[in-house]
This record gives sequence, structure tokens and C-alpha cells, in this order.
Amino acid sequence: MKRVLVGATILLAFVSCAQKQNVIKLGLVAPLTGDVKTFGESTKNGFTVAVDEANAKGGINGKQIKVFIADDKNDPTEAANAGSKLINQDGVRLIIGSVSSKCSIPLSELCETMGAAMITPTSTNPKVTIRDDGTRKAMVFRACFIDPFQGAVAAKFALDNLKAKTSAILYDVGNDYVKGLAEFYRDDFVKGGGTVVAYESYAKDDADFSAILTKVKRENPDILYVPDYYNKVGLIAKQARQLGLKSVLMGGDGWDSPDMTKIAGEAIEGGYFTNHYSPDDPRPEVQEWVKKYEARFGSKPDALATLAYDATSLMIAAATQAGSDDPAKVRDALQSVQMKAISGSVTFDSSGNPIKSAAIMRYTRTGQEYVATVMP
Amino acid sequence: MSYFLQQLINGLQLGFVYALIALGYTMVYGIVRLINFAHGDVFMVGAFLGYYGILRFHFPFPVALAFAMVGCAILGIAIERIAYKPLRAAPRIAALITAMGVSLFLEYFTSLKFVFGPNYLAYPRPFKLVTYQVGGVSFSTIQIIVFAVAIALLIVLQYVVQRTKVGMAMRAVSFDKETAGLMGINVDRIISLTFGIGSALAAAGGVLYGVAYPQINPFMGIMPGLKAFVAAVLGGIGSIPGAVLGAVIMGVVETTSSAFISSTMRDAIAFSILIIVLIVKPAGLLGKKGIEKV
Repeated sequence: MKRVLVGATILLAFVSCAQKQNVIKLGLVAPLTGDVKTFGESTKNGFTVAVDEANAKGGINGKQIKVFIADDKNDPTEAANAGSKLINQDGVRLIIGSVSSKCSIPLSELCETMGAAMITPTSTNPKVTIRDDGTRKAMVFRACFIDPFQGAVAAKFALDNLKAKTSAILYDVGNDYVKGLAEFYRDDFVKGGGTVVAYESYAKDDADFSAILTKVKRENPDILYVPDYYNKVGLIAKQARQLGLKSVLMGGDGWDSPDMTKIAGEAIEGGYFTNHYSPDDPRPEVQEWVKKYEARFGSKPDALATLAYDATSLMIAAATQAGSDDPAKVRDALQSVQMKAISGSVTFDSSGNPIKSAAIMRYTRTGQEYVATVMP
Repeated sequence: MSYFLQQLINGLQLGFVYALIALGYTMVYGIVRLINFAHGDVFMVGAFLGYYGILRFHFPFPVALAFAMVGCAILGIAIERIAYKPLRAAPRIAALITAMGVSLFLEYFTSLKFVFGPNYLAYPRPFKLVTYQVGGVSFSTIQIIVFAVAIALLIVLQYVVQRTKVGMAMRAVSFDKETAGLMGINVDRIISLTFGIGSALAAAGGVLYGVAYPQINPFMGIMPGLKAFVAAVLGGIGSIPGAVLGAVIMGVVETTSSAFISSTMRDAIAFSILIIVLIVKPAGLLGKKGIEKV
């Protein structure tokens, strides 16, 4: 019996060795459950489409792509755990993820130390690709624009297009993305001649916003800027309207979710947000992508799905160009890659950030509509 | 002035929800000297039961509220029977750690896909929202319902504890368990009952919280549970009026410090007040100094 077991073990070892040479492992870290679960679902969809397409075309230089998916629940600790599991246990060296900046920052530290190449599809905080001292994290890239740009676009739109004079800002003090975006927007709004009448923070688990919203209502600002994720925004929007606040709501790409109108209902109607792309963009590659995605998942791809598709395609293109899954070679290929992605053409600057435009979207009763595109 | 009144209403709304949770902490502590850390999670289960009552079973609001309260009373009694009763003779630290275990169990078990699921749910509003304006202060049906339900439950509780035979037995058990047993009181039943009542109140708090701040998830009980615990300590743990007083103070201090000082400083201010009160009055505002039994 023992001999059989040993034999089986050796055989298994051979089989797994043989498999190792025929596949390229690609990991995904995304929030598949928790407070931003639609982000994770869309990201996984976009990722899967890109991988399936590449595999159908013969994989990366003849090797099929094998995927490993880990859930980070939108929690920084869980993100680091999910990353270590992929790297140490599954032996993955090419990682797509994570969605939110607060998760991608610890994940990027881990990928740096472990020498894994990482592309985050949607984390917009500058600190994902650069350290606090301003040096570049060599292994880390992103497929989206960054928050200083997003904040500037929002401020400019509020001042020029909505003719706003005053704005209030609410932000989650414990979330890198929300806090960063709030600061960039504030600075640009003030620089553009506007006045910030209230700059109020809350904590992640807060559900009662009546105190700060009553304070905002007293100032009656033209704009209420809430750059948080859709769940929190829905809660704040509902309470704001309940208190009779009339300000126009604005936010960032964290608003992009099919659940937003379900959660916030009419409270979010007329709210504007900055996003990475619009499914109404007439470019043929966008329309082809929308059709392809709709046929498979029955809904229009949001920015999360699109960027996940772009990030995954970038990684696959770089691995193909590098001719191996050695993360250092893939990294060098990424740095010099040029790709016409769905969300805009991508070339990376020296900080690992692509240079791309932003779309302004508006919520209607049933969904989103495209308003404008802003170039950097 | 109307701004201040408005903020006061906001604070009272939060305070009354805290009060319903704080009562469970204080009653359980009063009777078995246990800080039931799972209480915040019972509150969460209550919110979810209310959610299912309204959405799945289409109960009218009062029925959904009662459904959540009964469900959580059963849950509270079950927790006591399974987790705490076997440890009643053990050192208090063992029961405390078990309470934390029960808390984690409830959070992670209910976030499994086939229980409540790990996602955030929008809470239904089972009545029409009307906003009234009185002299620059606006309040809505939500606030009226929160105040009415909370005050009604507090009056019922006060009546039960002070005026009924069961209440007398509860007070006796809390005063001295052994002697109460010798006087013919079924101590186990009274302890179960206390857990049941405390959990039912937490469930009511959960449903009201869901209605007032319409979003729920399996981890929603942690912060309100902690705040309510602090409120119970502030008011004097073991004292029923103390818990209500402490909770209302917590709610009002939180909103007024957000409103007049800084929203970032809110929790720092609220907890500083707790520390100051405990330095001046270690037993809490209405707590009695315990007599050391030798």
C-alpha cells in the first residue's frame, strides 16, 4: 500500500511538472464579495473574456493560460493574503488586481518584494505605483488614469459646465482612494476660483450621516462631492435627499455600478461622475467590445469590466512579446508596450501610469448616460 | 437655533437606537456579570430578519418588527444555552472569550452565501416617507417611528422589570443568584428570559437602524455594538435607566461634535467623554458601586 502511495506521489509530481511547462499562470485578485462586489464581478468578467480570447487564439506563444482567482473582499489585509496565496501556494508570477487602491497598495508591496509583475485595472491612487518617498515600484503598472487627473476633471466640469461656485466634500478618512480623490478635487476646485464650504470626513462603518449632512445643508452648496464607492454613496445620497439637500451630487469612478440605481433610487438621479470610458463611445473597438460582452453576460460592460479586459490583454501582450512568463522580462515588455486598448490607447509613463482621457457620466432614473469626454 | 434643534433630533435618533442595544448589554451584565460581545451581532441578525420579513414574507412593518424580535429572542436564548451556560461556573474570562467567539461565528456564518450572504443590501422602507417642517426643523416619518417604537419598548421594559413577578425575579437573581435560587426562583429560566428580552430589544434596534440608515451587511453590528457597549458603561453597566441615558448621551455627543467641532474628531470626543466620566465616577453615571462579597 505504501509503495503504491509513493508511486502515485512520484507520478503526480511528474504530471504536475509536465503541466507546469505547458501553461502560463495568470492570477486575479478582486473583491468578489463584500461592499463593492459588483466591481469584483465585472472585473472577473472582463478578465475571463480576455483570457478566453487569448486561449482560443492559441494562448501565449503556444502555451495555454491557466487562471487563479482570489477574493480580497475589498479589505487590505485580505488583499495581501490573497496575493500571498497566489504567489506562494499557486506559484503565480503575473497578477491582475486589485480593484480598489486601498487593496492594491498592499498587493503592490507584496508583488515588489516577491518579484511578481502586477497590473491593477482600476486603482487610481498615485501611491499604487510609487512609494511614499516618490520612487517607482518597478513591477507595478495600472490600466487606468490617476486621481490627480480625475479630481481635476471633476473640478473643472463643476466650475465650467455646471457653473458651480461652492462645493461641499464628504470623504472616508480611512480609504486611500476616497481621501486622495477628495484632496485633489478640493485643491483644483479652489484653484479654479470655487469655494469649499464644508470638508467633512466619516469612518468606513458609519451609517448615520445626518449630522454632517445637516451641516452641509446649512451651507447649501452647489455641488456635494462624494468620491466613495457606490454602496456608501447610495446611503449618503438617500439621507441627503431625505434631509432636503438640493445640491448636485458628484463623484468618481467608484460610482460605476449596476447596483447604484437599485441602492440609491431617485436620490442619485442627476448625479455626475468621472469615469474611464463610456459604452456609448462610437469608436468601433468599443462598440465591438460592448456587443461581445452583452452577448455573453447580458449587460453592458461597465468601466471595471473594460479596464479588467484591457489590463489582462496588456499582460498577455507583454508576456507574448517577452516570450516567457518570467516576471522581470514581462515587466520590461510592459514598460515599452503600445496597445490600442478599449478604454483608449495605452503607453506607460515612467511611473507606470497610462496617459488616457476621462468620460463624464450622469445617472438617470434607470442607468447612466454619457455627457462628455475630457482629454488630459 | 433651528440648526441646533435639527442636530439634536439627529442625535436622539441615533441615541435611541444605541439605547435598544445597550439595554441588552446592561441586562445581561446585571444578571450574569458577562459582557456579551455577540450582542452587536444579534442586532445584525435582527436587522436581517426584519429585511426578510418585509421583502420575502411581505409582512406589514409591525409584524416584521415582531418577527425579528421573536427570532432574535430565540437566538439569544439558544446562544446562552449552548455557549454560556456550560461556562457559568468557569472563570469569567472564559465566558468573555466565548462571547467573542460567538460574535465571530455569527458574523462569518451569516456571511455565507446560503445564509444572509456577504453583500450589502438596501433596506426596504415599509411606509411612506413624509417630511414635516416645524419652525425650520424638519423631521420625517422615519424619526417618528424610531422615537415611538424605542420609547414604547422602553416603557414596556420598565413595566416588566419593576411591576411584574418575572421582573422581580430578574432583579432578585441579579442581586444574588444563590439566594434567589433558594427562594424558589428558577434561576436558569430567568437568565434565559433576560437573554431573550435583551436580544429582542437588539432586534428592534436592528430593524430601526435598517429603516433609518437603509443599508445592511453581516458586519454592520460591530460598530453600533461597540458604541452601545460604551454607552452602557457610561451610564453604569447593570443599570437599565443608565443604559438609556448613556446611549442618548453618546448619540447626541456624536452628532453635535460632528456638527459643531469636527467630523474627524467625532469618535475621539465621544470616547474622551467616556474616559472622563469613568475617572470621576468609575461605576458610570447611574451605576451603583458594587459591594464586594467576601
